[in-house]
Amino acid sequence: MRDFFSALADPAIPFIRNAFLAGILSSVAFGIIGTHVVVRRISSIAGAIAHSVLAGIGLSLFLQSRDLLPWLSPLIGAVISAIASSIIVGFVSIRAGQREDTIIGAIWAVGMAIGLLFMAVTPGYIDPMSYLFGNILLISRSDLLLIAVLDLIIVATCIVFFHQFQGSAYDEEFAKARGLHNSLYFILLLMLVAVTVVLMVSIVGIVMVIALLTLPAAVASIFSRNLWQMMVFSSIFTIIFTSVGMATSYSLDLPSGSMIIVVAGAVYLLAIVARWCFNSIQRRLSSRP
Amino acid sequence: MPEKIVAFSDVDFAYAETQILESVSFEVEKGSFVSVIGPNGGGKTTLVKLMIGLLQPTHGKIRLFGKQPQQSRRRVGYVPQYTTFDPQFPITVMDIVLMGRLGRLMGFYTKQDRRKAREALETVDLAQVSRSQFSKLSGGQRQRILIARALATEPDILVLDEPTSNVDVGVELRLSTLMEELNKSLTVILITHDLGFASSLVDTLLCVNKRAFIHPTSEVTEEMIRNLYDADVRYVEHGTTIGDSDA
Repeated sequence: MRDFFSALADPAIPFIRNAFLAGILSSVAFGIIGTHVVVRRISSIAGAIAHSVLAGIGLSLFLQSRDLLPWLSPLIGAVISAIASSIIVGFVSIRAGQREDTIIGAIWAVGMAIGLLFMAVTPGYIDPMSYLFGNILLISRSDLLLIAVLDLIIVATCIVFFHQFQGSAYDEEFAKARGLHNSLYFILLLMLVAVTVVLMVSIVGIVMVIALLTLPAAVASIFSRNLWQMMVFSSIFTIIFTSVGMATSYSLDLPSGSMIIVVAGAVYLLAIVARWCFNSIQRRLSSRP
Repeated sequence: MPEKIVAFSDVDFAYAETQILESVSFEVEKGSFVSVIGPNGGGKTTLVKLMIGLLQPTHGKIRLFGKQPQQSRRRVGYVPQYTTFDPQFPITVMDIVLMGRLGRLMGFYTKQDRRKAREALETVDLAQVSRSQFSKLSGGQRQRILIARALATEPDILVLDEPTSNVDVGVELRLSTLMEELNKSLTVILITHDLGFASSLVDTLLCVNKRAFIHPTSEVTEEMIRNLYDADVRYVEHGTTIGDSDA
């Protein structure tokens, strides 16, 4: 573990420090948005948005290689395609009714396919693995700044709309009867999900990012009394999971994204086992005459 | 002549291919206590959702306080069944009651909102649990909290969807006392499957089974009820049993 801390301070290897900072910065947004995704039970929608990010990454790599839009970095391309797909998925979810899962599955796969096609026609070798499973070497200093700005936007929006999001998630009909436009909040939330997912794509990758969005919130929900608590706890868990995962991956020389997800999954498993034990002990105590 | 605050004229509602309501016309007077009765699947809840503009009629006209339901539904306090909520959603009693104060596009609840929510909780006698988690409370308490949330909206009409369907007899009595109290200042529209419930409070019966008919309670006969449910039912009016054949 000590070598990880010395690596963080080592000016010769800035990418570790960048990745670590990106992880810490994104954790707050992950905790807040993950909580919304878990309580609304929309992780498959979030999954579709995350996977269609590859379309934007592929397109921006292609356009950059042709010198068409040199400012369009993969990260910016990812944000644009994530927002576009969140709007499409949002309307589908509101309108489609029973066929919702089919359409969401299609957006999930078609987004990835478009991304891979663009990568195939981009000259030079591009390894899609970096985007699918994360590669902390991809995080540049300017990315760090963009991540900080997006993080701030997500947190601020969620604070300003906290009660509206809560009401609309908990009891849509009542919220509607109070004059709230549920669809508006739903689409806004999906756009925030889109931006959040992009924050950590370079660290854990498109495929695994949903786990990092939902597992900390699922652990936090076990002992949270309200949404605020759940958000705070899941942000803290995200910070712990990403930093512990990154440190162990550095020490053991293993991929950091996978390490982070394994840590998160293990803690979640422990948490549900602990809750189960706690509940059955409590039941036994209360049933004793 | 009391003000007519709800008016349905020739309303149809169909969900996909299924006709739920057919040429429904009735009016509700201000200050009355209406009990909406009828068999399950007969369209009681649909009728109430049409009234507050959560659903749109396929045909006909609905007026709420003389306007479109969407324009005036904020004057209605709606109390759904507590069993429809996700018990895993982490939320406290106060958070739920405060939802009655929703309505702004963004931003936080004001001090005034919090005061109204506290008052509403005091009205239903549950101020002591305001910080508890909603899903940890008993069914009767949860139902009263949803009533408090509706009261926090400062409504002119209170609409309750089967508030007694999942609570025991003691709670039922308590709820009926509460509704009697509330009816002094509000119009109450109560969906119920339970004909005996609060019959001494109810002045109007709205019988719904695809069609809907409204009657003052004094005019209701055993035969009307039998036709509505297509079966013999026990029916109690003002505490006296007038029809005692078992359902």
